[in-house]
Amino acid sequence: MSSLEAKQENEQELNLAAAAEYAIAYAKSQGMDESEVSLHHGTGVSVTARQQELETVEKHNDAQLVVSVYKDHKTGSASSADLSEAGIRSSVDAAISIARFTGADTCLGLADVERMAKDELELNLHYPWQKSVAEMVELAIECERAALQTSELISNSEGASVNSYAGSAVYANSHGFLSDTLGSQHSVSCSVIGEQAGAMQRDYWYDSNRDPVKLQSAESIGRRAAERTVARLGARQIASRQAPVMFEASVAKTLISHLIGAIKGGAIYKKASFMLDKIDSTIFPDFITIAEHPHLPGAASSAWHDGEGVATPSYRPIVEAGVLQSYVLGSYTARKLGLESTANSGGVRNLTVSSTGQDFEQLLSQMGSGLLVTELVGSGINMVTGDYSRGAAGFWVENGEIQHPVEEITIAGNLNELFRHIVAVGTDYDERGNTKCGSIVIENMTIAGS
Amino acid sequence: MNEQHFATAQATLLEPTGLSEADINAVMNRLTNVSGCDFADMYFQYSKHESWSLDEGVVKTGSFNIDQGVGLRSVCGEKTAFAYSEDLHAPLILEAADVVSAIGRQGQDLQQTRTWRKQGASPLYSAIDPIGAKGDAEKVAILERADRVARAHDSRVKEVMANLAAVYEVVLIVTSDGRQIPDIRPLVRLNVSVIVEQDGKRERGSMGGGGRHSFAYFDDAMVDDYAQEAVRRALVSLEAIDSPAGTMEVVLGSGWPGILLHEAVGHGLEGDFNRKGTSAFSGRIGEKVASEHCTVVDDGTLADRRGSLSVDDEGNQTKNTVLIENGILKGYMQDEHNARLMGMDLTGNGRRESFAHMPMPRMTNTYMHAGEHDPEEIIKSVKKGLYAVNFGGGQVDITSGKFVFSSSEAYLIEDGKITAPVKGATLIGNGPEAMQTISMVGNDMALDSGVGVCGKDGQSVPVGVGQPTLKMDALTVGGVQL
Repeated sequence: MSSLEAKQENEQELNLAAAAEYAIAYAKSQGMDESEVSLHHGTGVSVTARQQELETVEKHNDAQLVVSVYKDHKTGSASSADLSEAGIRSSVDAAISIARFTGADTCLGLADVERMAKDELELNLHYPWQKSVAEMVELAIECERAALQTSELISNSEGASVNSYAGSAVYANSHGFLSDTLGSQHSVSCSVIGEQAGAMQRDYWYDSNRDPVKLQSAESIGRRAAERTVARLGARQIASRQAPVMFEASVAKTLISHLIGAIKGGAIYKKASFMLDKIDSTIFPDFITIAEHPHLPGAASSAWHDGEGVATPSYRPIVEAGVLQSYVLGSYTARKLGLESTANSGGVRNLTVSSTGQDFEQLLSQMGSGLLVTELVGSGINMVTGDYSRGAAGFWVENGEIQHPVEEITIAGNLNELFRHIVAVGTDYDERGNTKCGSIVIENMTIAGS
Repeated sequence: MNEQHFATAQATLLEPTGLSEADINAVMNRLTNVSGCDFADMYFQYSKHESWSLDEGVVKTGSFNIDQGVGLRSVCGEKTAFAYSEDLHAPLILEAADVVSAIGRQGQDLQQTRTWRKQGASPLYSAIDPIGAKGDAEKVAILERADRVARAHDSRVKEVMANLAAVYEVVLIVTSDGRQIPDIRPLVRLNVSVIVEQDGKRERGSMGGGGRHSFAYFDDAMVDDYAQEAVRRALVSLEAIDSPAGTMEVVLGSGWPGILLHEAVGHGLEGDFNRKGTSAFSGRIGEKVASEHCTVVDDGTLADRRGSLSVDDEGNQTKNTVLIENGILKGYMQDEHNARLMGMDLTGNGRRESFAHMPMPRMTNTYMHAGEHDPEEIIKSVKKGLYAVNFGGGQVDITSGKFVFSSSEAYLIEDGKITAPVKGATLIGNGPEAMQTISMVGNDMALDSGVGVCGKDGQSVPVGVGQPTLKMDALTVGGVQL
């Protein structure tokens, strides 16, 4: 990114705070009780190389304003990319018009004023990538080259991509809260195809980070993508059975995301969750602790306030020694449930899942014979009952040794049961994204195959 | 060519910032200023989106969004440069067009002056703005009615969630071969979802639909039907027993279960994957990829359907494209770029989520033609198997051909009779192999009710599916009961 682009960003950032204050003041002048506004502006570049040549270059430049107004416990919201004063007025007017027709609910409104975050923290979220488009293309080519050279079994490629994004975000509300944050996100990914005996397999690998220096090397990402693809060649279906299942770290985190989905306030107050009435209940074995760490410097989801301006804690346990401690609440859902906001408007931030100390190989040994799952497909999860049935691919394991790749099978059970029957969590953490979790071994699931 | 569409597009997209033909010409000259440029296009889009949501009997939230901008693209062999501008003033659009320098801009911009030809297919839907056409109070009343009807239908209904959404889009596509093509696209959708409870056991059921209509489409009878159907589905789930696990005969109902075709064959027949040779169907035109009972088409030309388009997002007329005829693979779905590189005909399948996304080959309405069997006859032919009539989502791995789709309403078939309802289970198979096992096709072809959203490379577009009742001799069912 050139220095000229960086300068434009700063100018825009000043405009965002001014735009936010203008929106709040205008809503007040129109008789609204309360209002809040989120704005962002960001620029980015995505490049893809395929078969060792540039394939696509995309430039992104996005701006958006989202405003919500409250009047007599009724709300409306509107959004637009038009950040001019006239554009802001039309968005606020549209939100006001909607609030005339929505129904009243005394739980609606801004988060409580005494919960507003007061101490801004420097969380190191912004690392612009000083790379030209040509250099990014070169990196993508290097990544794909490493994949293509890893094995003669790699026969084709979907290419390698390099993405870079940086921007600023402003949140303000009529309590007088205003925050202005710069952030960045960069990623490198690669997807290649292998062929053996006329059958093709594809797999991929990626890394993402706010700081480009911390990304895994393009070469290692390409190599890992190729190794994963080659390992899948010769995959076959296995016969239906009950067996232990080990979720590799990259897919283990999906189990944690199902838990979070089920303890979100919206699912709880609508009674649409398999985690209803489970506070203070044992939902996992006692070696499981799941916590969020919103203040980790440089982490994917770090923030000193949530999406409503509520101060985030530096540490919050969600599950402690297997017992569910609290739901995931913003101010609206908290009021609905007669509870306090957990500063989770906008989601949970930087989750960690405690391990039982074994590395990947030790987990395989502990499982003995069973299924190692490396990919999940489809969305067969009933969040009301916890019933779980998903397509899977991976490896059949005997006596702790991988035997052969497996495909075209499903794994099924009920999440309440699966959570209670976790037997180990590894130290082979996947640190990408919002959840840091190792591989998870589950005592028993139903595998459907031939 | 519809003059009124053109006038609306001009008034909505060009006149507010005073964009002239000369400005458009200058941007196009910049976009084509690349050595070996095959084509370039500009996609002007204005979109207005409104959504209302009800729960606990109250319409608590409503939101309104306006987006506009222009997407700019230059294509040169296999290379594509793409950028967009949310600001429709000429200097900013010209600046965004500089992205072509990344694929080899040459010297000064050409000074070619184009004579623009206004084009456009005859519209498949009315040029209405569904958001403006009905008052907000009437929209709220639709949701309140859905709530009332669902609760009145059965006392076990504990919660009703309903959502009403509308989109109004005006697009103008400008191509480097001198065409300007407008389209005006309404789209509405209503979803009703309920939670029922009995003896401490809870379940969910939902129903929805819509199309390229105004909100008038949701008359009282339709709203009542959606609400009651959502309740019926939830109540069936309350009674459901564990689903069987393993490979067995599977009968799929008509309509929305056509998601099978979308996943098992549709994606694998999109031109981009086949040009690159990454699809399990690559290089197989003329081969038998399904049983002789299967004829599958992608048809963007059906009036008022959710997946239909009068012209695709590259300005080309949509078509009724035969993908598989009597089991033989006939053709792929193409956009400009891939049709050109493969030397194949355009099929009007170039689609994009918005001006801020690049077009690629996408499905419209994908369905299977009717066969000759009475659906009851198909059920009767099964000794022990699964009858699945409703589904959640699906997914496919194009390369290995493995697809999944998750049932939300299914029953056991025992000795030719439909018996107990079973819990939702994921079905998994290999596209080209599974399609060969289709042994009976019903005479009850139906399209879905209009709720489909297809995701590819992070872009979502509305689609439709359909099929008659059909029997697959062997498909893996992902239940828990061995």
